Amino acid sequence: MVLTIIKYNAGNIQSVLYALERIGVSAVVTDNIEQIQKADKVIFPGVGEASTAMNYLKERKLDEVIKNLKQPVLGICLGLQLMCRYSEENDTECIGLFDEDVRLFKPLPGSNVKVPQIGWNTIYDLKTKLFSSVSDKSYCYFVHGYYASFGKHTIAMTDYVQPYSSALHRDNFYGVQFHPEKSAANGEQIIKNFLSL
Amino acid sequence: MLTKRIIPCLDIKDGRTVKGTNFVNLRDAGDPVELGALYAKKGADELVFLDITATVEKRKTLSELVNKIAHHINIPFTVGGGISSVEDVRVLLQNGADKISVNTSAFKNPQLINDLAKEFGSQCVVLAIDTKKEEDGEWYVYLNGGRTKTESKCFDWAKEGVERGAGEILLTSMNHDGTKQGFAIDITKRLSEELPVPVIASGGGGSMQHFEDIFNQANADAALAASIFHFKEIAIPDLKNFLNKQGITMRL
Repeated sequence: MVLTIIKYNAGNIQSVLYALERIGVSAVVTDNIEQIQKADKVIFPGVGEASTAMNYLKERKLDEVIKNLKQPVLGICLGLQLMCRYSEENDTECIGLFDEDVRLFKPLPGSNVKVPQIGWNTIYDLKTKLFSSVSDKSYCYFVHGYYASFGKHTIAMTDYVQPYSSALHRDNFYGVQFHPEKSAANGEQIIKNFLSL
Repeated sequence: MLTKRIIPCLDIKDGRTVKGTNFVNLRDAGDPVELGALYAKKGADELVFLDITATVEKRKTLSELVNKIAHHINIPFTVGGGISSVEDVRVLLQNGADKISVNTSAFKNPQLINDLAKEFGSQCVVLAIDTKKEEDGEWYVYLNGGRTKTESKCFDWAKEGVERGAGEILLTSMNHDGTKQGFAIDITKRLSEELPVPVIASGGGGSMQHFEDIFNQANADAALAASIFHFKEIAIPDLKNFLNKQGITMRL
């Protein structure tokens, strides 16, 4: 199996590669269009800012490449957000695979809820094989200030400020808001599930 | 619900854990990768590696170590100690660090925080502050591992750091550090309740009750400790179970 990680101007890409190595899987980190298209599975990771990342992808036509992939694709964190229709982060039009919009967490004044959300939170209402053998209310590691709203593509929910989509799915496209590569045993299970889709 | 976090801290010198460890089940207690992996397995929510190496070889050994840690550990980790430029941070993040912490260098050059936040995002910029309560009742910022006093007040510097883009504050009370008499409740509470970013409390944790107090009374987001974990005075699973029974949300 050829597994490709999309390389672009976002952080945290190495961590995904190392997480795959820990479970004995090698991957290629590349921005080469042909290599991405030919892969059996594609991971679209990233931590960073939406508009800068979208501009980078558009300049290299990677947005269209991603949109037209037929093999299983897993977006992680910013990857999930960029696969949505729109992000409030610097008013950014995104790739548009998921209809759900990405909005900034807005805690009520005086609630003492911190933004970004940093740390371990639970995922629930789990759907699809991506979450095979993963218990309801499992803990995963999150680092994000923007969230995808609830919608028809939601396959996992998390509560922070309000309930939101911690995972999305449409056809061959999957996205997770948390970091499976940093989510200990639960994260490893989710990565393994993606690899066996 | 988002959990409170328990964070063991490992001091590193020349690529090795220092300050002593008491784990008989480790092949090599000085190996930070092995110790870190053990803590991750026991339920640590994150790890902090603080490099106290003072040699010119430091950068290379640190980036190699970070790379090794990133390969072996499946929870997030922060790296700190002598980081003073965007380039230093780039190398550490490229080698797999999730966050970096800055302390003295950021105080001397506050623009560094803005530059790091812009380049890599606030989520990976932790502002570490060593603070000491003086006789006038005010908490002051100390630099160089607590050796140099400044005239800046802890709250003011933390607030400025957050405005410049720090995504988290790692607050160490020098009055409490090493005492095992409990964390600094008052200054932690003030930062945690008045700043919009998470606060990690450090210094003074000696009993499980101290951890409950820093979460329940000071509303800290995370608590960091070193020797009580290294010397097995408190086991992480026991601590997390205890806190959970006190109604504090923990990842068990």
